[in-house]
Amino acid sequence: MNDGLSTIEKTIASDYKYGFTSDLEAESAPKGLNEDIIRFISAKKNEPGWLLEWRLKAYRHWLTMTEPNWANVNYPKVDFQDVIYYSAPKQRVKPNSLDEVDPELLRTFEKLGISMAEQKRLTGVAVDAVIDSVSVGTSFKEELAELGIIFCSMSEAVQEHPELIKKYLGSVVPMTDNFYSALNSAVFTDGSFCYIPKGVRCPMELSTYFRINAENTGQFERTLIVADESSYVSYLEGCTAPMRDENQLHAAVVELIALDHAEIKYSTVQNWYPGDKDGKGGIYNFVTKRGICQGAHSKISWTQVETGSAVTWKYPSCILKGDYSVGEFYSVAVTNHHQQADTGTKMIHLGKNTRSRIVSKGISAGVSQNSYRGLVSVSKNAANARNFSQCDSLLLGDRCGAHTFPYIEVKNSSAQVEHEATTSKIGEDQIFYCNQRGIDTETAVALIVNGFAKEVMNQLPMEFAVEAQKLLAITLEGSVG
Amino acid sequence: MSTVTTIKEKMDLLAAKADQLAPVRQAALKAFNNFGLPAPKHEEWKYTRIGNVFNLPLQWAPDQVDAVTAEDLKPFLLPGHEEANVLVFVNGVYASALSVIRSASIECMSLEAAMDSGYAELVAANLGHSGKYLTDGINALSTASLRGGVFLTVKRSKDAEHPLFVYNITDARQVNMLSQPRVLLHLAENAGLQMMETYGTIGSQESFTNQVMEVVVEKDARFEYYKIQNDAAHASQVSTTHIRQTGKSFVHAVTISLNGAIVRNNLNLVMEAEYCDSHMYGLYCMQGKSHIDNHTIVDNVMPHCESNEFYKGIMGDASTGVFNGKIFVRQDAQKTNAFQSNKNVLISDDASVNTKPQLEIFADDVKCSHGCTIGRLDEDGIFYLRSRGIPDQVAKSLLLHSFAMDILEQIKPEPLRNYVDRLVSERLAYEME
Amino acid sequence: MLSIKNLQAGIEGKDILKGINLDIKPGEVHAIMGPNGSGKSTLASVLAGRQDYEVTGGSVEFNGKDLLEFSPEQRAGEGLFLAFQYPVEIPGLSTVNFMKTAVNEVRKYRGEEPLDAVAFLKLMKEKMALVNISKELLTRSLNEGFSGGEKKRNEVFQMAMLEPKLAILDETDSGLDIDAIRIAAHGVNAIRTKDNAVLVITHYQRLLDYIVPDFVHVLYNGRIVKSGTKELALELEETGYDQIKSDYQFA
Repeated sequence: MNDGLSTIEKTIASDYKYGFTSDLEAESAPKGLNEDIIRFISAKKNEPGWLLEWRLKAYRHWLTMTEPNWANVNYPKVDFQDVIYYSAPKQRVKPNSLDEVDPELLRTFEKLGISMAEQKRLTGVAVDAVIDSVSVGTSFKEELAELGIIFCSMSEAVQEHPELIKKYLGSVVPMTDNFYSALNSAVFTDGSFCYIPKGVRCPMELSTYFRINAENTGQFERTLIVADESSYVSYLEGCTAPMRDENQLHAAVVELIALDHAEIKYSTVQNWYPGDKDGKGGIYNFVTKRGICQGAHSKISWTQVETGSAVTWKYPSCILKGDYSVGEFYSVAVTNHHQQADTGTKMIHLGKNTRSRIVSKGISAGVSQNSYRGLVSVSKNAANARNFSQCDSLLLGDRCGAHTFPYIEVKNSSAQVEHEATTSKIGEDQIFYCNQRGIDTETAVALIVNGFAKEVMNQLPMEFAVEAQKLLAITLEGSVG
Repeated sequence: MSTVTTIKEKMDLLAAKADQLAPVRQAALKAFNNFGLPAPKHEEWKYTRIGNVFNLPLQWAPDQVDAVTAEDLKPFLLPGHEEANVLVFVNGVYASALSVIRSASIECMSLEAAMDSGYAELVAANLGHSGKYLTDGINALSTASLRGGVFLTVKRSKDAEHPLFVYNITDARQVNMLSQPRVLLHLAENAGLQMMETYGTIGSQESFTNQVMEVVVEKDARFEYYKIQNDAAHASQVSTTHIRQTGKSFVHAVTISLNGAIVRNNLNLVMEAEYCDSHMYGLYCMQGKSHIDNHTIVDNVMPHCESNEFYKGIMGDASTGVFNGKIFVRQDAQKTNAFQSNKNVLISDDASVNTKPQLEIFADDVKCSHGCTIGRLDEDGIFYLRSRGIPDQVAKSLLLHSFAMDILEQIKPEPLRNYVDRLVSERLAYEME
Repeated sequence: MLSIKNLQAGIEGKDILKGINLDIKPGEVHAIMGPNGSGKSTLASVLAGRQDYEVTGGSVEFNGKDLLEFSPEQRAGEGLFLAFQYPVEIPGLSTVNFMKTAVNEVRKYRGEEPLDAVAFLKLMKEKMALVNISKELLTRSLNEGFSGGEKKRNEVFQMAMLEPKLAILDETDSGLDIDAIRIAAHGVNAIRTKDNAVLVITHYQRLLDYIVPDFVHVLYNGRIVKSGTKELALELEETGYDQIKSDYQFA
């Protein structure tokens, strides 16, 4: 064998191009977590009393919980007293428009390829940008408001739409749901809120861009999307973080609510800093994402492209409560070097004639571990429920691992549930075939991987599909000689 | 006194016994005290509440086996019995009077005796090997209770002239019985054995059989194994078959489960040599409130192995089914081909199935796939048959029978296949009533 | 153009090619025939640079350069094309995308500007017409679910797109019916010029009715044991390989 393939084992560092830090003056809470910190955060955000109480209740419950250890991931325990729970880029006054935003901030987002100021001319995507703990600006607000669409930061929503927040916050992911959701409920600092009124099709992609900048900071954002009857929204989140040697914690909660005939399409391109090639540093990404198809004929579709984070623990789920509701989960998870991902979905069929579809594509390289963990549950009353799941794994190199843990629980005899899974590697013959046509090995791997992931990539909104495809190639750079 | 307390006392006594098996028992007792009985949060026991069985006042089996006679055995006999090597366990204790070894190629002795024989090293290395894969109190309970167990070996380059029939009989006429049969089976190089095993509870009291059979299959050996579970509806069992393929060899295992209260099967295939070839088939066809749980582990340690796994279930009444199939492909096990499929039909609104196929893969040059389906009978198929004049119920049982056929065909000895086929057909006719 | 001198190669320590000598000039068509296991496909693989094979002796010069020094993709860039006996399937990757990547990579190697989408489409349309292949086939996943004939037609299409100096056809006729052979051969002939050459590797003479060779070589037991003109192929068809085998068994 010549160098082309024998160097499969030879993993070379791939460059994380979002690893820069920005010199932003930040205002932070002291390290550590106690009731005073929570009061500090709540006061900082000028929150109503009920929300503070809610946070404290979550905190007290969190104290009784232990960190879950069932996922197929290994990492040193997080010292929750060594995290800064609030960090906000300092701005003298709250900006009224993007023109007033700190230019260093805008430059940060421009470097990330998200130009807040030029949004209008460029892509027609409304963006809410969140740095560390707070939202720094939302574009397109006025245009959306004309349609009755609310799209703003969570902090703003608490002030301006308390009735909606009170009604829906924690309604899908209760504060007691799990260790990280309880923690998030206690200390969440910002995030995006979105409400689409009855009968409105949101005319543009809504997007939140998350960035961790400050050192030792955890990011605990909270996203809430409510789609009222017969409405439609497509939403995208993107994430990056600077390269730092220590691990940083990201524990977000996302809740989606779809009423009768409503549809929510939620796409994620997750590219948190994965750590260096020796596994040093990187983000712990412990996220709870769940949507409820509350109404009949409603639909929630999750699409995720997961390339970053040192450790990922994430199961975007659908509770299919409304009759004829539909849940979808499309995922590409790529792990390289020392990354570990334990990700998948839960499809909980409660209503009649509910349907779900799971397409998961895992790609492992280097010495990484990539697990799919999923649950399809058909309850006793979910007559005629249908599920189809496809989980495929692709291995690059012989020191990585691919694992599938599907749980299927069926309590109704009219259900039809199908699950298929395959594991394979990139064939040497496939690479040679490409080589013979003049394509070098690296490009050949990218072509094959993109083909493997195509079914999921096709689900991404156009504007981001190209970006995501490049991200796949970058993540796997150097994984095959 | 609670059952667990009684059991612990008995195990303490056994552990104190100064015989050849004492160290094995003592280690297992330590493990049992450490694990305790599996709670529902034990991942491998999530869907099977085995702890409930111990809420019964279970009786520790007596050493005497003469309460069960040849006459008592008759209802459980499998076809071909007269010509077979027969091994009978009464309440988990080997009953020599009811057993017969006809084949010169098979050597049979107690586990204690084996520890003093030329096989001592082999026994020491393999007795309790299943505990490496089954880390729970149930497996430890069996090993800590070692008593009345049997060591069998099929000699080098011999095909056993007669098949081996194993009957696990539990006498529950007077008391609720705890029965723990234990076998260590060895197939020497190039040996061949066909084995059938079944379970029978006499009497109307409840029973719990905690069986462990460990098998060592050496180079070029061939092991064919049929497990028929059609015990009483008030009898529960955990039946562990742990097979090590230490050389390039062939294993063909078929598990047929038709009745029982809680039936849990652990079938482990550890492929420790290159070019092993293994096939595992299962059919479960349950009624009433039966609970069937098939846990399988295929561990690919070495390269170039091939494994095939195919389980099918037909769930009627309020029965519950569990399938949990794990395939490991270790880092050195390149060129592994592992396939797994689990298909279920629910024919009652109260039946349910939980299935959890798992692939854990650490080698890259492998072909692995698993698939599973849960559903009901194909409406088009039923309609097609009905349009040819076949009544609805008959059409359904015909279709179910054809669904089961893939597995039934894997029973190679014809008399046994016909016997099982008849049991399955009766069951399906019942299910459709 | 191609000059093979005393080429020896094997796989996993087993010698397969035991000293091949062959010269191909621009504009020529050479055919290599031989019984199964004689080393025909090994020769094709070694020329294209498949890594499983180890060259143990001899040399191969391609347009004055040492071919054996090049990686497979460099050989493609130099103008060597292998039509595979068993074209590989790549799920999810369309032939169009595959070719766009390949054409531009080869252009890059040659120091040419990449083709933009418009120019590429124009080139593709032209070649599609030349080799008579449908657009539908090209938008499907590469070779996935293709019939034997479709796969081979796709190989010929790729050959047309990459415009090689030397095309090696490895058993392109195997498994094809006579119509499919005719279509494939037509494509190959359409691409031929006085500046490029074709090396046809085949077990049977029938492909040579459509791609007429200037020279025919018989490969047996890792050596070229006989060379001649196209009449040699007909002769072989008559007598079969048994004659060759008995003549050269101990060679």
